[in-house]
Amino acid sequence: MSRRHPGEGAAAWLLMTPALSGLLVFLLMPFGLAVVLSFSNLRMASPLPLEFVGFSNYTLAFTETGLARALLNNLLFALVVVPVQTALGLALALLLNRPLAGRAVFRTLFFLPVVFPLSLVAVVWVLIFAPGPDGLLNAALGFVTLGAWEPRDFLNEPFWALPAVMLTSIWQGAGFQMVVLLAGLQAIPRQLYEAAAVDGAGRWRQFLHVTLPGLRNPLVFVVIVTTLLSFRVFDQVRIMTRGGPQEASNTVIHEMVRTAFDQGHVAMGAAMSVVFFVVILGIALIQRRLLRQRGEVA
Amino acid sequence: MRRAGLRALLAYALLLGFTLLFLAPVLFMLVASLKPNEQVLAEAGTLRAFFPDTVGLDNYRAVFERVPFELYLASSLIVNGLIVGLGLVVNAFAGYALARLRWWGRGAMLGLVLAVLVIPFEAVAIPLFYQLSWLGWRDDWLVQAIPFVANPLAIFLFYSFFLGLPRELEEAARVDGAGVLRTFFAIVLPNAKAAFASVAIVLFLFHWGMYLWPLLMTTSEAVRPLPLGIASFYTLPPLQWGDIMAFGVLMVLPVVLLFVVFQRWFVRGVASTGVKG
Repeated sequence: MSRRHPGEGAAAWLLMTPALSGLLVFLLMPFGLAVVLSFSNLRMASPLPLEFVGFSNYTLAFTETGLARALLNNLLFALVVVPVQTALGLALALLLNRPLAGRAVFRTLFFLPVVFPLSLVAVVWVLIFAPGPDGLLNAALGFVTLGAWEPRDFLNEPFWALPAVMLTSIWQGAGFQMVVLLAGLQAIPRQLYEAAAVDGAGRWRQFLHVTLPGLRNPLVFVVIVTTLLSFRVFDQVRIMTRGGPQEASNTVIHEMVRTAFDQGHVAMGAAMSVVFFVVILGIALIQRRLLRQRGEVA
Repeated sequence: MRRAGLRALLAYALLLGFTLLFLAPVLFMLVASLKPNEQVLAEAGTLRAFFPDTVGLDNYRAVFERVPFELYLASSLIVNGLIVGLGLVVNAFAGYALARLRWWGRGAMLGLVLAVLVIPFEAVAIPLFYQLSWLGWRDDWLVQAIPFVANPLAIFLFYSFFLGLPRELEEAARVDGAGVLRTFFAIVLPNAKAAFASVAIVLFLFHWGMYLWPLLMTTSEAVRPLPLGIASFYTLPPLQWGDIMAFGVLMVLPVVLLFVVFQRWFVRGVASTGVKG
C-alpha cells in the first residue's frame, strides 16, 4: 500500500455514505424493528395500547398459527429440491463441459427459465397442472405410463400440491446451478485430468478424485443458495395454491404475509420474520464453516 | 475412436431430452398465446398444444383491451431503471472506497457489509412496510426502487473486482495530481466496464420479477409492475388462458431479448455471484 493521500478519508466517507444510509435505513432499521415488534402486541387498526408481551408471539406462532407446519414444508421442500436441482444442474454442466457442437445454444436454452419471473412461471405451470386427462402433465404421464396414470388435480390435492410447487421451482432454477457449476468445471486445470489418466484412473475415478474435489466450493455455494431459496419460497405458493389445500403447501414467508397482512397480526408476523432470519443465519453459518475448512486445507 | 463417437451420441441424446423438458413449458405458453381461448385447455393434452392449427394475435389484442398492460410495463421499466441506474453508482462508490482507499472505519464498514449480506429481504419486509407507512410513503415507483438501491451483494462484487484491478493505473493519475474522485471517474470507471455490466445484470435479474414488495406497497394499477399485473390478470374473470399466456409472452419478451443479446454478461454475472462467494 502506498502512502496516504490528502483528503482520502473525506473522499472515502463521501463515496460510502449513500450505500451506508441505504443499508441502515432499509435493512438494519427494519430488522431492529422486527425484533422490537415481535415482543409487542401490535395489530393493524387495533385500539389497544402498545404493550410488551414477552415471548408470547413466538410461543403462539408455533402453537396457534400454521408456522410449524410451514417450517416443515420448507424443510421438505429443501430436502427434495436441493439434491434434485443440484444433481440436474451438475448433469447439465458435465454434459456441456465437453467439446460438443452447439454447446452455447444448449446452455442458452437451459438457462432461459432463470430469466423468467416466478410469477409468470407459476401461472404457466398452473395451466400445465390442469386437472383431468386433458391437462398437459396428466396427459404426458398417461402417455408415458401407457394409460396407467390416474389423472390428478395436482394443485388441489394435499399430497400433490407441495410436489407441484417443487417441480415448478426445479424447472425454473436448475439453469442457475448449471451456470455456476460449469464455471467451476472450467476452472479445474486440464493437467489434473491428464495426470490422473497417466496414473491409470478411468473416467469414473477421474470424476471422483479430480472433478468433485475441484468443484467443492461451487457445489457448496449452489447447495447453500438453493437451501436459502427453499426457505424464501413465496411467489409460487401465493399464486398457485395460496398455501393449500389444508396447509399442505404453506411456507414460512407465505404464513408471515398472511398473518401480518391478511389477518392484521403485525407483531406475530414480525416474530415470524425473526424466526425466519434465525433459520437463514443458521444455514449461512454452516456455509461459512464448510468454506473455511476448505481454506485451511488449501 | 468408436467409443468416443458413441459417447458423443449419448451426450447429444441426453442434451436433446433435457432440451425438450426445459423448452416444453415455454413452447406451450407461446403456442397457447397464439390460438383461440377455447382451444387452449381443450388441446392441452394433445400434440396440438405444441403444433397449433389456427394461429392469430387476438389474445395479444385482448391483453391491451382488458388490462392497462402498458402501465405495468412502464412501472417495471421505471422501477428497474432506478434500481440498476442508481444501484450501479452507489454500490460502485462503496466498493471502491472499501477496496482502494485508506480511511478510519474501513474495516468496520467492510464487516458491516458482509454481515448484512445475511439478512434476506423477506426478514425485513413486514417491519419496513410499517416503517415506510408511518412516514406516509406508499404506492409510488420510488418506494418500490429506493429500498433496493444499496445492495450488499453488489457492493461485495464491486469490492472484489476493484481489489483485482492493477494499481499502477491509479498511481499514475495520482502522481499527475488527480484527486480521489477524478481518479475514480477518469481511470477506474473506464477500466471496470465488465464489473459494471455483471452487476447491472445481477441487479436487473433479481428485481425484474419482484412480487412480494410491490404486493405489499402498491394499491394503484398505475404504479404496479408486471408480476402483479399477471397475478391479477390470471384471477380476472372470465378465465381466458390464451389471453393469460399472451400476457406472459409480452412480459418475458424484453428479458429474453436482453438475455439473447447480452448472453455472455448474464452468464458471467450470475456465475460471478457464485465462484467468488
